[in-house]
Parts: sequence; C-alpha cells; structure tokens
Amino acid sequence: METTRFKVNDKPVELQIDPQTPLLWVLREQLGLTGTKFGCGMALCGACTVHVDGTAVRSCVTPVKAVAGRQVRTIEGLSTDRSHPIQRAWLQVQVPQCGYCQPGQMMSAAALLSVNSNPSDSDIDDAMAGNLCRCGTYARIRKAIHMAAEMTRSEK
Amino acid sequence: MIQPCRLSLLICLCATILAPVLAGVICSPFALATIQENTPGKDAQSLQAFREVASVLTSPRCLNCHTSTDGPLQGDDNHPHAMNVKRGLDGKGSAALRCRACHQTENAKFLHGPPGAADWQLPPPNTPMAWKGLTIAEICRAVKDPAKNGNRSLPDLIPHMETSLVRWAWNPGPGRTVPPLSHEEFVSRLKEWIETGAACPE
Repeated sequence: METTRFKVNDKPVELQIDPQTPLLWVLREQLGLTGTKFGCGMALCGACTVHVDGTAVRSCVTPVKAVAGRQVRTIEGLSTDRSHPIQRAWLQVQVPQCGYCQPGQMMSAAALLSVNSNPSDSDIDDAMAGNLCRCGTYARIRKAIHMAAEMTRSEK
Repeated sequence: MIQPCRLSLLICLCATILAPVLAGVICSPFALATIQENTPGKDAQSLQAFREVASVLTSPRCLNCHTSTDGPLQGDDNHPHAMNVKRGLDGKGSAALRCRACHQTENAKFLHGPPGAADWQLPPPNTPMAWKGLTIAEICRAVKDPAKNGNRSLPDLIPHMETSLVRWAWNPGPGRTVPPLSHEEFVSRLKEWIETGAACPE
C-alpha cells in the first residue's frame, strides 16, 4: 500500500492503495464514479476511457501510480450541467442504443475535439477506432461528433 | 661480403617484418582504422557483424514499429495492430488514440496485454525508418543514411539502442519472442560493425 495523490474531476484525491491497482477500479470502487465502464479489461474495447491530463487513456490497464500528481477526468466531469458539446450532440442525435460503451465513446470524442475542432470522417475513424459498440451506433457517433465540432467552432 | 642482390633481399625481408610492427607503434588509430577499413579481412568482419545486427533488426520486436505501413504491426507474425491504430503526425498515434492510451511505461502483466516502456512510439512519419520488406543490404544502407535513420551519425546509433524503448525488445512481456542475440551482444556487434568500417552487403 502506498499513498497516491491525484485529482479527479478537479477534486483532490488521496488514497492508501496498491499502486498497481487499475485506475478503473479506483474510480468505480473507491470513488464511486461508476459512469466509467468495465468492458474487456485488456484495453481492447475503449469502454473504460477517461482523460489523464487531457489525453484519452484506457483506465483498465492504467495503474493508479501512473496518474499520481495528475488530473483525471471521467464522464461525470465532462461538464457539471451536460453542457459539453459532445453531451449536447449525443442527446440531440440520440446516439446510444444500450448505452454501455457510450461513456468511453464520448470521452474519446471529447479528446478528439480538444485537439481538432473540424475533424474529417477519416480523422473521426482514426480517433474512434479503439472504441467498440456492439449495438453498431457508429453512424450516429460520427454524426454527433460532426455536430459537436460545429457547436465548438461556432461557440469559440 | 654481402652481394648487392642479397642486401636488397635482406632489406626487403626486414621491411616486410618490421613494417606492421612500426605501423602498430607509430601510426595514429585513425590511420590504422583507415588501413583496416580497406582490407578484405575487415570488410568480412564488418559484414559478419552487420548480419548479426540485422538478425535483431528484422526480429518482430523491431519490425512491428519499423514498418512502412500507416500504423504499427503486432505479434510475432507482424499482423496489423488491432483497432486500425495509426502512426499519427508525431509517431505517437492519432488525436484520441495515442499510443499512451494503452501502452504504459511497463508491460501489462497478463498474456497479450499491452506492452509498455517509456516513450512508446513509432518512428515519426517524416522519417519512418521503415525496413519491413527490405533486404539486409537495403536495411544496412538505410541504417547508415541520416535521411532515413532520424539524422543520426553512426556513433549516434548506439544511444538509440540503449533507450528503454529498444531495451524493451528483450523484456517484451508474456507471449512475445525476444531477438536472437542478447542486448549486450547486439550492441557489441553494432559497435564492431561501425568500428570495422560499417560495410554493407552488395
């Protein structure tokens, strides 16, 4: 057990924990942030995607020691009032079917828009290739990302 | 009395015996190296050293990132990386699918989990350092060419081989083969190749 300190959704966190514990379990079990989902546990599906210092990472294979001193953002922290362009576009397009993978999809999409506010279809495909959706909502995901990108550009 | 022709023979014999000794004593290392580079024996030694170096460079652990494809390969059979992962503008992945999204600074502990090392990346697209599909002779020339090797001199190649990313090849995690030479042997053969003139096969 070691003391590990970091921030989650702008709030400081201090835990006595095995430093090899996957960040996903810390978020879900220690911190109660269950929006981030367990899918494969092997970084193959993207359901557990969160941001670490703004970069999308797979929390299921990220040991908590790797985020010491850093800022973690989960789906709960994307905005406090569902105002993030990704959230608004997702609602408007009604992207989810079962919804299980959508927190990971949205976090990857938000990471894409943070560095590219005018992504092409190809940019979206490259960025989202690691997020799987067994319901096959890919067409709506792409549509929503384009919509969110337009919102982002018009609100700058 | 020594006859003139016997005197000439004696001088020739002495010169033959003493010249290499004197050369070893008074010549600068550079001059000696120049002589060695041009001798067939040294070329053969250099070529043999590179063949051994190439046995590592063409191992899956190196080829999977030193590829001309738009993204990395994976596995001992060099198949395309799952999820259509791309090289990206800096060799570290695309905008929301960075190498770091999955690859940590150390290997995942489970079979076929994401491997990891510090600074996990592919060569950048402007210098892809690709030798997948090349012959050993072509790889040799590419490794020597600063335009294709990341603007490195031959001595600059050594520090690259000492990075944690390259050293990872000898600690690749469960389910992955290691290169045929040890890391120590690999670096030793690379130095030998450079010191003996960095000869390339035809």
